[in-house]
Amino acid sequence: MQAIAIAMVIVSGVGIFIMSLSTLDSLYETRESYYRDNHFAHIFAHLKRAPLSLVKRIEAIPGVDKVETRVMAYVNLDVEGFEDPISGHILSLPDNSRGLLNQIYLREGRLPEPGRDNEIVLSEEFVQAHKLRPGDKISATINGRRKALTIVGIALSPEFIYQIAPGAMFPDPLRYGVLWIARQPLATAYDMEGAFNDVTLTMSRGTNEPAANEQEIIDRLDDILKDYGGIGTIGRQDQFSNRFLTEELKQQRTIATIFPVIFFGVAAFLLNVVISRLIRLQREEIATLKAFGYSDFAVGMHFIKLVLLIVGFGVIIGIGVGIWMGKGMSNIYMELYSLPYMIYVLKPKVIIAAALISMAVAVMGTLYAVYSAARLPPAQAMQPELPAKYHTTLVERLGMQRWLSQPTRMILRHIERRPLKSLMTTLGIAMACGIMMVSGFQEGAINYMVDVQYGMSQREDMIAIYTEPASKRSLYSLESLQGVELAEGFRIVPARLKFEHRFYRTALHGIEPDGSLYRLLDTNLNIIELPEDGIILTDYLAELLRIKAGDMLTIEVLAGRRITLQVPVAGTAKQYLGLNGYMRLESLNVLLKEGHSLTGALLKVDDRYQRDIYAKLKEMPRVAGVVEHESAIESFYDTIAETILFFTFISTLLGSSIAFGVIYNSMRIALSERNRELASLRVLGFERNEVAYILLGELALFTLVAIPLGFLIGYGLCAYMAFQFDSDLYRVPLVLGINVYAFSALVVLLSSIVSAIMIWRNLADLDMVAVLKSKE
Amino acid sequence: MLELAKNPDNPMNKEVVFHVHGVTKIYQMGEVQVRALRGIDLDLYKGEFTVLLGASGSGKSTLLNILGGLDSPTDGHVQYAGGDLTRASEKELTKYRRYHVGFVFQFYNLIPSLTALENIAVVTEIAKSPMQPEEALKLVDLGDRLHHFPAQLSGGEQQRVAIARAIAKNPDVLLCDEPTGALDSKTGIVVLEALQRVNRELGTTTAVITHNAGIAQMADRVIHLADGRISQVDSNETRLEPSQLSW
Repeated sequence: MQAIAIAMVIVSGVGIFIMSLSTLDSLYETRESYYRDNHFAHIFAHLKRAPLSLVKRIEAIPGVDKVETRVMAYVNLDVEGFEDPISGHILSLPDNSRGLLNQIYLREGRLPEPGRDNEIVLSEEFVQAHKLRPGDKISATINGRRKALTIVGIALSPEFIYQIAPGAMFPDPLRYGVLWIARQPLATAYDMEGAFNDVTLTMSRGTNEPAANEQEIIDRLDDILKDYGGIGTIGRQDQFSNRFLTEELKQQRTIATIFPVIFFGVAAFLLNVVISRLIRLQREEIATLKAFGYSDFAVGMHFIKLVLLIVGFGVIIGIGVGIWMGKGMSNIYMELYSLPYMIYVLKPKVIIAAALISMAVAVMGTLYAVYSAARLPPAQAMQPELPAKYHTTLVERLGMQRWLSQPTRMILRHIERRPLKSLMTTLGIAMACGIMMVSGFQEGAINYMVDVQYGMSQREDMIAIYTEPASKRSLYSLESLQGVELAEGFRIVPARLKFEHRFYRTALHGIEPDGSLYRLLDTNLNIIELPEDGIILTDYLAELLRIKAGDMLTIEVLAGRRITLQVPVAGTAKQYLGLNGYMRLESLNVLLKEGHSLTGALLKVDDRYQRDIYAKLKEMPRVAGVVEHESAIESFYDTIAETILFFTFISTLLGSSIAFGVIYNSMRIALSERNRELASLRVLGFERNEVAYILLGELALFTLVAIPLGFLIGYGLCAYMAFQFDSDLYRVPLVLGINVYAFSALVVLLSSIVSAIMIWRNLADLDMVAVLKSKE
Repeated sequence: MLELAKNPDNPMNKEVVFHVHGVTKIYQMGEVQVRALRGIDLDLYKGEFTVLLGASGSGKSTLLNILGGLDSPTDGHVQYAGGDLTRASEKELTKYRRYHVGFVFQFYNLIPSLTALENIAVVTEIAKSPMQPEEALKLVDLGDRLHHFPAQLSGGEQQRVAIARAIAKNPDVLLCDEPTGALDSKTGIVVLEALQRVNRELGTTTAVITHNAGIAQMADRVIHLADGRISQVDSNETRLEPSQLSW
């Protein structure tokens, strides 16, 4: 039973090690191969309109390999039976081709026939979310004109592994889709014949390795596109989908390092405890062997072999479990992201590392005990051990003694006699508690982010995004819709923010200073008043640029007249998602010298009229899209629910196996060490419960100390993870709800109780007659 | 009470504490059956100091374990103060040991994490009308070692603590299993003196098992066991003082 408990801990350690690393390797491998096979571009640029003749100039930039131009647009989609607004990203495909770069991966069906304006290839996630099939029809509002489109193919693209609608914060396959159509009809619809508004390219040095002159190419391309309404060129590392995936892999790497370390630590401790005990019990056998002339080395090897046998068993099962969990995780990632396939990679070096680390940790942990056993002179080993030395404990010396019963004193003195072992046991249980908290933390953090972002900061029910900047009068037509309670205009301008030599490309938001729908918050969630002039930056952005209030920020506007501004930083705002700059709408318009124009409006609506309002907005030619958070958040939760469930399941399994492994092992050992005194007490007339108190009281004490300690460890682990996860895409708040603490404590308590029940049953087998006749 | 104890041979004064009738005990050791007791009939009297004498394997420990409620016979009956021990439940046996029996073991079986005083308190805390632990230790001449842990005591001292622990609850019977088995003769005598004093001063019915014939002379009665049967019962006219014993 004890060997099984140890093996269980090793199984968990090896399992999670292999799961984490193989998932990580698989994701990297899959991404690499997907990018390579489908010619994922290195550099991306979007612009207003440029003639195809410009391609020659782009191709002439040194280091550029292949160039592909496209026509792309954001459109509104309609799926029969689904009333919410759907936004779509439509891209042109060259005739009879999956594209030169960013080739689509055709899962089902075929490519659109050249020139056909009613055939599309649709993204798989969207198709699955709406349960569509090739041959089904959807309709799209392309440049103001509604058009019926037939799905002829279902595809995925390396450009859209992580699919998020512009302006949205979460993936929502029900309300956002990517579609591909033949180039000629799309160009015709958007007046792009002989022209393009999107260009991607690869660099000549290698296909996947970014060349050293990437920044140079980006600058040259920016320069070329400046006159054609370019809004900034980005490299692959800033490409949205790739960025998200990279962040996810970074998180995986953090998890892959923390958890196995904890598990191996616990396994080493348990092995050490068990083997020391085993050796103490086998003193006489060791002495006999040595008296017969076996060498220290031979005796030592005997124990090393025993340890390796248990560990080897654990490793083999652990590899199996790790592969199973790794494949499960990889498949979850494949579904979570739009990956066409998953190449499950289990590198031999991962297996070898898992095996070697387990063996090394186990052997090192037991080496000392084995060493002292092998060194024991035979005559000494044949003697019984002297009665253990005890002392009155500190608690008792402080004057508490008179309140403590004898069994309670036994508990305290036993703990104090082995402080290191007691500490390690407590620490082991605490670790289990800490691990449990990590799983709860992720869910809680997301909830908090959503609460702050959409409950307190952004309080609109929907956002209408305009096709073109429009005057403030546009708000009147929105406000006049039945059910619209409030409309607040905003303006978003792409911009490059610079301070000293650091810069960041983002969006500049102009919002109503005393608006009630979009509010900036400080760290304590108090509302920040927008200053008359000056800019408020997301706190993380200010840190990134190392700029503080009072410093002058350089803003290069990437739209319109592309002016450069100098604006003082007025302060920072707490935001968990994205990095932005905020100004008063009026001040921004004044600076841009473009009159009072808006790029969209925030709407607060009466729930009862929501559907009607959607329908009306769809019909407005000036409204390019409608973003609605509530349903997006709901569907986001649906998407991640499975992932969270899987994580919770795994960590509960791991947490409780650590807790059980530590508790049951230490109690089982305590029982065998104290078998004699417990049986003596039974002879003296103690009932089983009274004897159990001495063992289980110790366990209860360990558990009670371990839980708060575990809370601390868990808090530390979560803080470390939150810190590691921070990026410009999102910052993970360190929020641990009472339910996270409660659940972790509950799992630990249950593990304790199960161990206690098993120990209590073992106590029934105490042999009272045998102890009376045996020496210590 | 003390009068009775002083005159155990007077049949009029004999009050039976244990009535053992037709007790057999068969152990199954692997495929071999060991017949430890083969039909024991025996009465033990109140206040009596009895020695159960026999070679190892004679069945004396088995008999003591059955008397102490640690083991049950395969056949036969053991009555204690009118009740049938052989029919008692596990809980009743625990109660019996808790309130009526004091045990002294060959290897002392003290709790190493408790001091001499606490080793006694652990029993008196759960007893019905115990003496003060200090008092019990004084009875065995250890009044000055109250706060020593077992590891700080000699073998003889540890055994005397064990005796003090056994008598502190004022048990009705004191059962001692080779109490001097692990001690040298000089220390053994000190321990036996403590047992004799308890028997005389408190009138506790005492049964001592030993393979050491020398000890037999301090008893009221000596019951010889061999091969699981009572082979002989002797009554001593005069009990020798432990210091007069030779072994």
